[in-house]
Formats: sequence, C-alpha cells, structure tokens
Amino acid sequence: MSINRRHVLGGAAAAAAGVVAPVPHLWRRIADTAWARSGEIKVGILFSLTGTTAIIEESLHKATLLAIEEINAAGGINGLRIVPVQEDPASDPATFAEKARKLVISDRCVSVFGSYTSASRKAVLPVFERQRNLYFYPTLYEGRECSKNVIYTGAVPNQQQDDFVPWLVEKFGKRWYLLGSNYIYPKEENNYCKKLLAELGAEVIAEEYVPLGHSEFSSVVNKFRSERPNVIFSTVVGDSVVALHRQYRAAGLDPDTMPMASLTTSENEVAAMGGDAAAGHFTSAPYFMVWQSPENERFVEAYRRRWGRDKVTHFVSEPAYFQVYLFKQAVQKLSPSDITPENIREAIKGEEMTAPQGRVRIEPENLHTWLWPKIGRCGPDGQFTILKQSDRWIEPDPYKAYPNQRCTATGLKEV
Amino acid sequence: MIDVAGQLFTGLSIAAILLMVALGLAVIYGVTGVINLAHGEFVMLGAYAAWFAQSFLGLGLIESLPLVFLAVGLLGLAIERSVIRWLYSRPLDTILATWGIGVVFQQLIRLSAGGELRYVATPPSLEHSVVLLGVSISAYRAFVLIVALAAFAATWLLIFRTTLGLQLRAVTQNREVAESFGVNAGRVYASVFAFGAALAGLAGALVAPLKSVAPEMGTTYVVEAFMVVVLGGVQSLFGTVASSALLGELTAFIAYVSNDTIAKALVLLAVVILIRSRPRGLFTKAARA
Repeated sequence: MSINRRHVLGGAAAAAAGVVAPVPHLWRRIADTAWARSGEIKVGILFSLTGTTAIIEESLHKATLLAIEEINAAGGINGLRIVPVQEDPASDPATFAEKARKLVISDRCVSVFGSYTSASRKAVLPVFERQRNLYFYPTLYEGRECSKNVIYTGAVPNQQQDDFVPWLVEKFGKRWYLLGSNYIYPKEENNYCKKLLAELGAEVIAEEYVPLGHSEFSSVVNKFRSERPNVIFSTVVGDSVVALHRQYRAAGLDPDTMPMASLTTSENEVAAMGGDAAAGHFTSAPYFMVWQSPENERFVEAYRRRWGRDKVTHFVSEPAYFQVYLFKQAVQKLSPSDITPENIREAIKGEEMTAPQGRVRIEPENLHTWLWPKIGRCGPDGQFTILKQSDRWIEPDPYKAYPNQRCTATGLKEV
Repeated sequence: MIDVAGQLFTGLSIAAILLMVALGLAVIYGVTGVINLAHGEFVMLGAYAAWFAQSFLGLGLIESLPLVFLAVGLLGLAIERSVIRWLYSRPLDTILATWGIGVVFQQLIRLSAGGELRYVATPPSLEHSVVLLGVSISAYRAFVLIVALAAFAATWLLIFRTTLGLQLRAVTQNREVAESFGVNAGRVYASVFAFGAALAGLAGALVAPLKSVAPEMGTTYVVEAFMVVVLGGVQSLFGTVASSALLGELTAFIAYVSNDTIAKALVLLAVVILIRSRPRGLFTKAARA
C-alpha cells in the first residue's frame, strides 16, 4: 500500500474520532475505579510458592487464604466479599517488586498481604510508598524501618529479647556466644542483644556469622567445645538451623549446660531436624503452636481442616492469619466510598483484637504491633513447652537499639 | 588454645564429606570427560532415597545404604543410555543437558515429595560420641569417614584391579584404539556413569542425618565437588583424596581462627591461585595420551 495524502488524513480523522468517542466510557472507568465495587473488595496475596523460601511462604499464603475464606463465609466485610488476587513472586526480590506493581496498579488491590524475607519487603517498599498503598507484613524482622505504608504484625528485636535475654542470663550465665547467618537481620538482632547484655553486665565471648545456606558447622561446634559459653544465642536462619542443631547433637554437647537460644527456630525447622536434635533448646516468640487459648485451638483446627492434618502453624503463619482480621476491622469502620489504602491505615491505628497468641494492637505511632512474647523449650517430641509468657503485652519499638532515633506517626525523628 | 587433635578431626570429617561427594564426579569426569552438572542432584536424590526408605519402608539409614546406591546407580544408567551417550562428542552440550536434567529432578522432587525440609534419622547405634586420642568425636562423623575411605578403596580396586577397570583405563587413554582391541566403550562409559551416580547417591544418604534434606541441597555440593576434582587433577584418584583432605583441613583451620564466611572466601581464593599456577591440578601425572 502506498502512502498518499488521503490515507494519512483519513487515518488522522479516525484517530481523532478515537480520542473523542470514548469520553463517556472514560467517565465510567473512573467511576469503576472505586476501591470497593459491585460488592467486592480486592486484596493482593504476595507469598512465594516456588523458589528457595517457598517452603515457609507457602504456609503464610495458606494462613492468609484461610482468614479470607473465613471472613467471606461469615458474610464478608459490611457485606463486601474479599477477593484475593494471588501472585507468585518466586522468592526473587525483583519479581516481588514487579508483582507488587501489578497488584497495586493493574489489579487495583486496596492492600497487599505478603513477604517473608526482609530483602523482599525492601524491594516492594518503593512501590507501596509511591502508589500510597498498604502492605501487611507478618514476619518477625530486624526493626529499624519506619514506613507509613507497611503494617508490621511480626515481632521486632525488643519484643523477642526484652524478657528472653535477662531470663537466660539469670538461668544459665553471663558468657554468651552470638552466632548468626551473614546478613542484616542477625546483625541487628545481635546489636540489640549486645546492648541488653552490656546492661546486665554479661560478656560476649564471640560474635560470628556464617554464610547464608551454610551447612558445615563442625568448626563452629569445635569452638563451642573449647570456649564453653553459657548461652549460644542463635540467629542462624533456614536450612542452616537444621544443620547446626544436628551437628551440635552429633558432637555430644549438652543443652542443659550450653543451650542454644534462638529467635528463628520454629515448629517448621524442628520438624526437619527431628525432636532429638531440638530437645532442650530455647526459642522466644509471641506464638507457639501448643499455646493454649480458645482462639488458638480454633485457628489450629481450622488450618488443619483446610490444609491437611499434618500441617503445623508457627510464629509467622499466626500473624499472617490475624493481620487479615485486623484489616477487616479497619475496613469495617469505613463506608464503602471511603475505602482507600490511606483511610484503612488511619482506621487500623490503635485497632485491637484477640489473636491466637493473645490480645494484639496496632501501635498508632509506628504501625507495628503490641505482642505477647513467650519463651518455649523444645521437647524430644518436637513440640515446645511454654515456660514463661510475658506478664504484659510488649510495645513494639523498631528503633530501640538506636536511642537517638524514634519512629513516629509523622515519620522518623532524630532525638 | 587450639585443640590440635580435635581440629584435625574436624578437618578430616569435612574432608570425608567432600571426598564422598567428589569421588563420583571425579570418576565420571576423569573417564568420560562429561562435566556432569546434575551431580548435585544425584546427591540430593540419594538423600531423598534414604528419607523414602526411612519413612515408607521403615529402613534405618545403614540398611538403606545399599538400596540407595543401587537406586541412584540405576537412574544414572538410565540417564546415560537415554541422554548422555549421544553427547560424548559434544562436551559443551553435556553441560547444558546435565544442567537441565538437574533442574528437572529438583522440580520433580519438589512436586512429589514437597518443598519442605525432610528429616532423616541418625542411626541410633551412632548417636553417641566416642573419645579417641583424648578428643571427643561424633561417632556418626567417624562412620562417614570410614565409609568415604571404603568407597575410595572400592573405587581404586575397581579401576586398577578388575577387567572393567582395565578396559576403562584403556578407553580413557584412547577410545579408538581400545575399541579396535574389542573393548565395548559404550558399555564402559555407561557403567562408569552409573557407578559415579551411585557414589553421589551414597554421599547424599550419608550427609542427610547431619544436614537438611531439601530439593535445592545439591547446588552447593556440585560446586564443592568440582573444586575438589579440579584442584586434585582430573585423572588422578589419589589427587581427589589429597585435595579433599587439603580443602577440608584448610576450611576447618581458617574457620576456627576466624569464621566460616572468611574460610569460604579464602579457600576459594586459594583454589583460584593454585589453578592459575597449576592448571592441570595439584596431583596430575604427565598425561600420556
């Protein structure tokens, strides 16, 4: 086809018509973009179902879906049905960001529930801040973050350590060996731990980091044997937890005199290492599967009925579950036309509920959660015995290791 | 104070695992020249076979070892017959093919056995620790060391004391000439590949009680195995033993005086420098072919 003036003009006219014609349609589209419409409210679910952290994130995905299904079965939120849009970010931070953009921009989800690792949370953060959307993050993490677009329902260092560290010092002694995987989370936890130990007059005899995914702990175990610490404070993560415990046991060390105290060993890891290797060691967390409360019995029973009798719930899947209910309570306070991510954030401030672990509350200042830390000791059957629960709920302070900084409702303040 | 004997044993126990994992790779690479990137997955399959034997057949780890050896060996044979044998003249393509096979196995295991970490029990008879020369050592680690040495001895006997081994050495030196003397080179290659895979499977079953069992576990082992084989010299069986001992002791020593992160980096750096100055490995005899 040759290009002549008539074609070009004709094309231009058609293009102009195309611009003008859809105006009424455009109007309808804008009306359509209300966050809640035709009796539905869309939320995103962003947990990896493939890749290296899929093992754990799958359980978070399931806990989130369970809560959504329960809420829908009970009539939704003010009659609105929650529609989950599920994406698989494949354990890759770049994919997390890409999928988050899709959920927020193309799918117009009003909030997204997602992430296990800090790396993936950091990757999606700019998306939620720029789009002024809301991200619900269930994992315990290292703190030192003050975003107005994330609701943090997992523990920060002060919540897991404030009771745990003094208790261990009193019970076992003052010579501490800090062992972690080599990345940001263990380093921040250890920063806070060292601060507490200094206040208690205890001594850090070694602080050591092993590569992520490390599985050969014979040298480390040898050092335990020659240094004889009173407490081994472990923030080793993932498969390494399993290797560490098994090799500790194979070396014949005794948890009664040299226990490992962990912030990261949950029912999941214990199942993989066997009760024998886990027995006698301690974990501090706001939730254990054996915790006795009517809410937890209901949660465990519902989870197993939905996903299989052999499934375990743990200290990350529990927040993944209750944070959906907190979302529901916040949305409930809004009329359908007022539902926006920012209004949900304002509505969720100070919101309380009885979660499986106990009464929880969103702190209005920093959007973290008041939690009930517990100390558990693992038995040979692979389940924890809860030795102690904090006598009060503990306020989240993501900057507690940094006394000159404070996370407030208007952002990070230097004091 | 550095506890010398304890430290030496730590190094040896790291070396034992390295040797177990690298032995199969050394045999396959040395004889057929195939760079088998699915080697780590054979290790992983061995660990899963031990888990399967324990949870579904009720077998303890030690009883399941022969079974694991056979099962992974047969699988290796099937892969050699169906894929690898068409690629002996195209060594670069074997890299891609074996890598692909590895990915397929990882995903197959993920789909069938699930992604969660699996548990393989330590044999109850080896759960204690024993005191040897004033050092308390884990009985299970000592057992792994013994099995590794036994596997090495068996491999040595197979290569230097049997007819198959004679044929194998002939084929390694010159395939055409060996074939003209009536050696069935295809069969030799197939048996070597199967044997190498079986050794990897055995290694996987042995590490299962010490470490975690997961679909991705093979990737670290394949790297370590290549490091050992390349450092030891491709066609030298004793080189493989010596280089695993060297790497094991070196890793243990550096990890003891500093930490495992530094140890990993320094050991890799040392290997790079050594390979730079001795490209054929530390323990290669002058090649005749």
